[in-house]
Amino acid sequence: MKKAELMDYDKALELFEPVLGFEVHVELNTKTKMFCGCANEFGQGANTNTCPTCLGLPGGLPQVNAKAIESSIRLGLALGCEIAEYSRFARKNYFYPDTAKNFQTSQYDEPIAFNGQLTIELESGRLVTVDIERAHMEDDAGKLTHVGGATGRIQGADYSLVDYNRGGVPLVEIVTQMIEGGEADSPEIGRTYVAAIREIVKALGVSNARMEEGNVRCDANVSLRPRGSNVLGTRTETKNVNSLRSVERAVRYEIQRQAALLHAGGTITQETRHWHEDTGITSAGRPKSDADDYRYFPEPDLVPVAPSREWVEELRATLPEPPAARRKRLQAEWGFANLEFQDVVNSDLLDVVEATIAAGAAAQAARKWWTGEVARLANASGVSADSLVQPAQVAALIELVVAGTLTDRLARQVLEGVIGGEGTPLEVVESRGLAVVSDDGALIAAIDEALAAQPDVLAKIRDGKVQAAGAVIGAVMKAMRGQADAARVRELVLERAGAAE
Amino acid sequence: MTNVIKLSAADLSGLLVERSISSVEVTQAHLDQIAAVDTGVHAFLHVAGEAALAAAARVDARRAAGEVLGPLAGVPIAIKDVLATIDMPSTAGSKILEGWIPPYDATVVRRVRDAGLILLGKTNMDEFAMGSSTEFSAYGPTHNPWDYDRIPGGSGGGSAAAVSSFEAPLALGSDTGGSIRQPAAVTGSVGVKPTYGGVSRYGSIALASSLDQVGPVTRTVLDAALLHDVIGGHDPLDSTSLTDTWPSMAAAARAGLADGALTGVRVGVIKELSGDGFQAGVAQRFTETLTLLSAAGAEIVEISAPSFEYAIAAYYLILPAEASSNLARFDSVRFGIRVNPEDGPLTSERVMAATRDAGFGPEVKRRIILGTYALSAGYYDAYYGSAQKVRTLIQRDFDAAFSKVDVLVSPSAPTTAFKFGEKMADPMAMYLNDVTTIPANLAGVPGMSLPMGLAPEDGLPVGLQIMAPAKMDARLYSFGAAVEALLEASWGHTLLSRAPELARREMFAGTATSTAFTSTEGAV
Ligand SMILES: [Zn+2]
Repeated sequence: MKKAELMDYDKALELFEPVLGFEVHVELNTKTKMFCGCANEFGQGANTNTCPTCLGLPGGLPQVNAKAIESSIRLGLALGCEIAEYSRFARKNYFYPDTAKNFQTSQYDEPIAFNGQLTIELESGRLVTVDIERAHMEDDAGKLTHVGGATGRIQGADYSLVDYNRGGVPLVEIVTQMIEGGEADSPEIGRTYVAAIREIVKALGVSNARMEEGNVRCDANVSLRPRGSNVLGTRTETKNVNSLRSVERAVRYEIQRQAALLHAGGTITQETRHWHEDTGITSAGRPKSDADDYRYFPEPDLVPVAPSREWVEELRATLPEPPAARRKRLQAEWGFANLEFQDVVNSDLLDVVEATIAAGAAAQAARKWWTGEVARLANASGVSADSLVQPAQVAALIELVVAGTLTDRLARQVLEGVIGGEGTPLEVVESRGLAVVSDDGALIAAIDEALAAQPDVLAKIRDGKVQAAGAVIGAVMKAMRGQADAARVRELVLERAGAAE
Repeated sequence: MTNVIKLSAADLSGLLVERSISSVEVTQAHLDQIAAVDTGVHAFLHVAGEAALAAAARVDARRAAGEVLGPLAGVPIAIKDVLATIDMPSTAGSKILEGWIPPYDATVVRRVRDAGLILLGKTNMDEFAMGSSTEFSAYGPTHNPWDYDRIPGGSGGGSAAAVSSFEAPLALGSDTGGSIRQPAAVTGSVGVKPTYGGVSRYGSIALASSLDQVGPVTRTVLDAALLHDVIGGHDPLDSTSLTDTWPSMAAAARAGLADGALTGVRVGVIKELSGDGFQAGVAQRFTETLTLLSAAGAEIVEISAPSFEYAIAAYYLILPAEASSNLARFDSVRFGIRVNPEDGPLTSERVMAATRDAGFGPEVKRRIILGTYALSAGYYDAYYGSAQKVRTLIQRDFDAAFSKVDVLVSPSAPTTAFKFGEKMADPMAMYLNDVTTIPANLAGVPGMSLPMGLAPEDGLPVGLQIMAPAKMDARLYSFGAAVEALLEASWGHTLLSRAPELARREMFAGTATSTAFTSTEGAV
């Protein structure tokens, strides 16, 4: 696949107005699948979490997962949607081997949630309100693995394997209205919108929200309208965009690709396109037209879902603070600068920092430890920072530093001990014998020795050049094998040298 | 002892409970009858002799150990091949499922097993229950025990033929547009389509999800009620299953035998389901039955159901539409036969197409094409949408009717059993055969067919259809049992006792011909 002709981004925007639309699929983290009692979990042997219903065996029948309905309603509410009083499932008919029944049980003209709004804030501070057309429930397809052939795609494969463990996993598909006026911010709008959805489903606890595991998947629709025209351009639907950065890149790529094509007198084919993370390009997939006929009809095997208004209100009362509002509040409470706060948010550390502060740590110290040492260690071992250590332990560690029991350097060693499973910070301090030496006697002896060894330094200090003390402090710290409080050493050096600050 | 196979399930139950006969003996007697006559009848696609005898021995052992079992424990039953059975092939009469043994039991099958019934085997049917004659079975037609040249009805011709040829006292059927009731009518047996949602559909290979209903196929109303009590009731695996608690149907049937059970019962006769298009002998037996009912104290009321006129048209849009989607799963990927295209590349699409081409018969293909078309964008509103509106109108007709009467009656089918091949060339003629039974499916109300005599012109059974309001299945049984008793009292015998004695021959001894039995065409 070679990269298409691309137009310079600024020029593309000069000539065309991008129009966007997003379909975000959220995999719910219910215990069981959407329409059967099979476990909704990954990592099992192929086709182990299956039954007659999700395998589409003759005679299998669906049963609706009540928790999935609840999660869908809560998600709908969090997106500012109206919740249908009467909602029905519909069959979307098409043949594909990953779809066991050869129809997807989805919703068509009677979705559970509709008419919502989500306001997102771009890095520039620009607020963009995205209209949500609908959020509907459906079941996921199985997973195809194409074996043989160079690309891992179905073309050229020798054979394909199907794993139906994912088949029937509950999904909510969130469909936006057309987003106009995004202009040069369009790619960022894509990224920020998907990030906001991800943040919301995480805050609601309805999804594991890990994009890398496909819990949140985005299809990005992009079309270009020539400046001065009010006719919409032909859109493409880029699938398989499974990271925030990719959403941004894919939108940008499509704008540049379509602009070049249109400018050269070409036409855009209405089609699905595949996003290639590695090369950063999209490639043509299946031609798609509005005439695609899925022969939707109401699912006769399921009764309509008619959530009572009381229940909807009960669920509304369980909604967490909207993530955007929460972020605003926390940044103000913690007094973080924008960059500091962004660092926490982008590293996905908001929850743990909040918990660490709640456990008694100062805000800046909590931020510094999580975005610094913990993140570094997590990075090194390829795991997420919040999986490495509990906020309470980080708070305890910070407390030891504040109390002067540990220097920063010692605290880093203690953190490694805690992560290594050696116990609480205090236990690690004791078992490793890492506490700061606070016996001034030992320190004074070391200082006197160091001063005697460097008479020139001593002379400079006495002359008032207190910065010269650094050399002595270094020697003392070395002698104490780092187990001394550098601030106290400095105090004592100046004192012993007879200098006054 | 009288011939065991001629006994009703209720009578067998009595003998089994008092242990004057063993389930093994009862089961063996029926297996012997199958061996003797099924070469001619061809009611069964699969006979599970050894498993049946082993199950019977277990029931006998439990009873011998003093365990108190349900009334039908130890009584044999035949299962329509549309139902998933974990230990027997389940083909729905289709080549595409040849040899397929499901990894699970349908809920009704499990309930029947749990109640101690003995599964004899699987019965023949039109492919995927599409047909009124079993001529569309991929495994050859079933013959009507009353005349081997004639159809046993369909789609459940196998189950009806099994009970009417005394191969089994009980059978399970499924009824989408009459597949239980019409075969019952043309074989002189009893068949019940319960209220939609009254019996679980889980494990019943779907034809049209909003119309299908599993029900009993028997020789007496009480037997049907006993079986209904076993299979009915809520099943969480079927979302359309009603959560109501149901009264005992057997108790209702017994109540129907009380003196004066028919007094004051308002019986509605549907104007639109009589007159033109009904065979003379069918109309005659129906009129005579009404006279008997009237004499027994029932009030006969003429009812008009104007929307019934559109029932067949609506049905043949809704059914193919749902079927086209339900049958999409037969794609060779997970189960069933797989056929590779003769030439060209082996893509999944082409293998699916080749498999479906080879695996589906002509009627199935016809309905898939009809249904696919009816659901297509641009046609949906005109076809599927309009059909659903007709459905609502038919439900309103039923509501209006049941505000005036307790039950509705009509002939179960316009004609007696027709000859093989008579309607094969003309799908419309075949479809019109369901005119009487389809409205109940469209409205979800329960319906029963029971024998009301033999047509004078051909000596073949005629069925009376009874319909009751939704969820009032018990009323069907009490009224049906009363009518059955009334008719039998007027005849002095049961209808099936007039059935020809089937030539007993060993299995595989030769092909059946119409001369393989002695006709006893008697006036009834
Ligand atoms: Zn399952």
